[in-house]
Amino acid sequence: MSSGETGGGAAASGSPGVEAPALEWKFSQAFGERAAGEEVQEVDIISAIEFDKSGEHLATGDRGGRVVLFERTDAKEFRSRKELESADYALPRYPEYRYSTEFQSHEPEFDYLKSLEIEEKINKIRWCHTVNGSHFLLSTNDKTIKLWKVSEKKLKKVTDLNVEPPIGNGSSIGGSPVLSSRIYNLHNASWGGQPTVSPIDDFVIPPGGIPSLRLPTVVSSSETALFPRCRRVYANAHAYHINSISNNSDFETFISADDLRINLWNLEVSDQSFNIVDIKPTNMEDLTEVITSAEFHPSQCNTLAYSSSKGTIRLIDMRQSALCDNHAKLYEEPEPPGTKFFFTAIIASISDIKFDRGGRYILSRDYMTMKLWDVNMEASPVATFKVHEYLRPKLCDLYDNDSIFDKFECCISGDGLHVASGSYSNLFRVFGVTPGSDEATILEASKTPNRGRHMQTSSKSGRFINLGRGRRDNRRENESPGSSEMNGGAYDFTSKLLHLAWHPAANLIACAASNSLYMYYA
Amino acid sequence: MVDEPLYPIAILIDELKNDDIQLRLNSIRRLSTIARALGEERTRKELIPFLSENNDDDDEVLLAMAEELGAFIPYVGGVEYAHVLLPPLETLCTVEETVVRDKAVESLCRIGLQMKERDLVDWFIPLVKRLGAGEWFTARVSACGLFHIAYPSATDLLRAELRSVYNQLCHDDMPMVRRSAASNLGKFAATVEPVHLKTDIMAFFRDLTQDDQDSVRLLAVEGCAALGKLLEPQDCVASILPVIVNFSQDKSWRVRFMVANQLYELCEAVGPEPTRTDLIPAYVRLLRDNEAEVRIAAAGKVTKFCRIVSPQLAMQHILPCVKELSTDSSQHVRAALASVIMGMAPVLGKEATIDQLLPIFLALLKDEFPDVRLNIISKLDQVNQVIGIDLLSQSLLPAIVELAEDRHWRVRLAIIEYIPLLASQLGVDFFDDKLGLLCMHWLGDQVFSIREAAANNLKRLAEEFGPEWACQHIIPQVLEMINNPHYLYRMTILYAISLLASVVGAEVTCQTMLPVVINAAKDRVPNIKFNVAKILQSLIPIVDTSVVEQTIRPCLLELNEDPDVDVRYFATQALQACDQVMST
Repeated sequence: MSSGETGGGAAASGSPGVEAPALEWKFSQAFGERAAGEEVQEVDIISAIEFDKSGEHLATGDRGGRVVLFERTDAKEFRSRKELESADYALPRYPEYRYSTEFQSHEPEFDYLKSLEIEEKINKIRWCHTVNGSHFLLSTNDKTIKLWKVSEKKLKKVTDLNVEPPIGNGSSIGGSPVLSSRIYNLHNASWGGQPTVSPIDDFVIPPGGIPSLRLPTVVSSSETALFPRCRRVYANAHAYHINSISNNSDFETFISADDLRINLWNLEVSDQSFNIVDIKPTNMEDLTEVITSAEFHPSQCNTLAYSSSKGTIRLIDMRQSALCDNHAKLYEEPEPPGTKFFFTAIIASISDIKFDRGGRYILSRDYMTMKLWDVNMEASPVATFKVHEYLRPKLCDLYDNDSIFDKFECCISGDGLHVASGSYSNLFRVFGVTPGSDEATILEASKTPNRGRHMQTSSKSGRFINLGRGRRDNRRENESPGSSEMNGGAYDFTSKLLHLAWHPAANLIACAASNSLYMYYA
Repeated sequence: MVDEPLYPIAILIDELKNDDIQLRLNSIRRLSTIARALGEERTRKELIPFLSENNDDDDEVLLAMAEELGAFIPYVGGVEYAHVLLPPLETLCTVEETVVRDKAVESLCRIGLQMKERDLVDWFIPLVKRLGAGEWFTARVSACGLFHIAYPSATDLLRAELRSVYNQLCHDDMPMVRRSAASNLGKFAATVEPVHLKTDIMAFFRDLTQDDQDSVRLLAVEGCAALGKLLEPQDCVASILPVIVNFSQDKSWRVRFMVANQLYELCEAVGPEPTRTDLIPAYVRLLRDNEAEVRIAAAGKVTKFCRIVSPQLAMQHILPCVKELSTDSSQHVRAALASVIMGMAPVLGKEATIDQLLPIFLALLKDEFPDVRLNIISKLDQVNQVIGIDLLSQSLLPAIVELAEDRHWRVRLAIIEYIPLLASQLGVDFFDDKLGLLCMHWLGDQVFSIREAAANNLKRLAEEFGPEWACQHIIPQVLEMINNPHYLYRMTILYAISLLASVVGAEVTCQTMLPVVINAAKDRVPNIKFNVAKILQSLIPIVDTSVVEQTIRPCLLELNEDPDVDVRYFATQALQACDQVMST
């Protein structure tokens, strides 16, 4: 296996000039790992991963429309809310997570007008701000974006009611009992018909009140539970499939992008959005490119970037005009002459872009490579990372089985010194960005991530790591990691690692292999 | 257990904690009843603490609670106990949902306005300080909206402290807090002493206008006019004017859009001279802005702006821009201009209007975009006052005819609604010649809403030109159409008759229209027949009792025997109305 060269403008990279040592990756946790021979349910396949800004929480979405939340278990007590709000600090050690809650975000729907089925699959998740300990996050499928609020509530018991509930229907946790139907009806009658005088209004209250009445007593238990609630639904604004959502740094707006348009929303207004980019040609036969991904600049509220299927990235300044059809900057690598071949156009398509935390660099992923762009340099990327160059001879096969259209995500570490992206056979690669760095680690999404390095020797040791921590459900404890095809050097195109995310502050990567979530730290 | 008569109130109280959100909402909305049932003392000692502790409810319930508490002073024992209401509202000021917070702030302001000065110092000001130093941004956002209530009753020392808290809020890490500080600055500034206004508040303002976030700067612009009005004109010129001129050239079109919307108020604040030297050039720039949205906002203010500058300046600087805008590439800009341009006529006077504005009116009347034409027509009365309709009428007619036949029924509907206005401006003769036919034509439109509007239009025309004119020019044509083979069109005619009857009076109704209605009772379509019954009922109060007895009642009796159940129903209704009239 050839180690990927970090080609191109190593000298041009403007990252902090510290020489970062190569990271030693170790397995941290696995959730929802598959037992040997267990069938993967289509609905369980993870389709989105996202850390929140502080790294305290992690969310995954799956094809079944569910969102699963994880929270950090270590050292939570020592951090104040103020810190959580600002969220920029170094962590003492690598974070560990536990399952906290899950909810059904989207349901399958049917568009009767277009006779189209709308899948419930979660395409993207984005965390919003945290308020009063409640978390807000946006999730989207192909058509509809939803804002979810997840808040912790103490379980409560209500006692001391004025009207005792009938026996056998004792007061339950979380609310008052059902009242006897006779009384209930009497009461309802007073609200039901508008014109009739309510018995309450008839009743003359003596001055000073009625001493025999009392307020119910609410006893809070120390137990808490998380309650997810859908706060807003942003629907009916996209004619094509939504591929990205991204929050603005103003905490007020966000964008959603589909194949041809980008819309701007106010978080508090769900019934209108503004179209800010529209690349739909008047005649659809003239269509030559589609939008593949869009993201706001992390701190400049007016700047956003979007990528296209032609391999270009455009930077937009929303201050210039209401409809931003003219880009402020265009990042495109000139094709070296004479290299054009049948798949050039297909593999140039960018599947994901990410700003680094400072907003100075944009990382893009196309089919074969990741490229790091300096926003001030449009002509060429400052670095190119070859993710799976060994697949180049196999492009024909990949085209035949449609794998060539797979959309791999990419991510940058919080310090901007490393980038990572996935490949086939559940492999992913981490590259060093620092000039001169030749760090290019191959890891496998399994409990033995480093096996990929000495694949030919086929090490099967280290299978029985204790997995007691961080388990999402009661699947079996010990099992061998899947994809044994790896050992023969064959590539398993069905095991693709599309989704991964880098912790905002620590060297921790969460990645999805089919229905399992793996975490690695360094 | 409580006594039987107390059940409703007892349950109302219990349901404050019911599982069903609808029942909880009902209970909260009747919070005043609960408070009366408990008495003032127990309301203060039990109900209010109970509400303060139970604030993790759904937003709908919290919103209702925030609203109720704002009017709760009478139930806790009057103004001297008003402060007990502050704790529950303080917690509501910190919730995540903006509408709840806004309502809680509004209620706090309501209560604060009634509180005694001493109580404000003891209770309200500490609350503002607590919220201003709140851990989460929600508290700090809410705090910004309370300073204008707290400040006037504060001591000098406290005032200095409040100003410094506000300063912190203007520089908060979270943009939403700075936005709140920016949008509340005007209200707060109005309560601050002039000496601090010129120093502290203006410093806050300057910082907000230089914020990194567009959304904060936008709100700072909105505050410009309010601040400007508080300052002496010379201070305003010194400190606000440069900011505005700067904003009018801001990189962000949204900021310029805001300036375009606010500029008129700013001119009022700075006075005529700076307006002439600085703001007119700024305004002209905005009228020629690259961004259509900015031009739309600027174009919409053309008339207001012309009114505050001299006619001479308007002609010299603004009119050339108006000419350009009338051929703008964006139809929305032209529509915005069309909706206000008529107002310029009285400002410029007759001569200039004929020389300069008339060609623009005429061009806009021929615009390819129907909204532009409609906007001109809707303001026709304003031009009429200056130049008279004659000059316009030649161009007007083709525009009207074209709109009347527009493909989109909403456009047709819009023009029908302006017909009575046009009729009153153009006079009977012009109307008879050109528009009468159109009005009849609409009665046969394919779209129900148009037919309905056409019938209403006839009524309004009859009111405008009088019954005699209606008898000659409307009624015969309308009655002719009762023989239309399609029952829906016949129904429109019946509807028109019922409307006209109330205008033309008993005699004309009995002589011309009633026979047609009676005749329609023999229609083969039941829908027509029961509509006849309905119309006959509506005619009863208009015509003489003898006519009711001799003509209407026999017809209704016949309809009452109809095989169709609906026809019989409406006939019975009408007969009952007959009986009532007869018995009185």
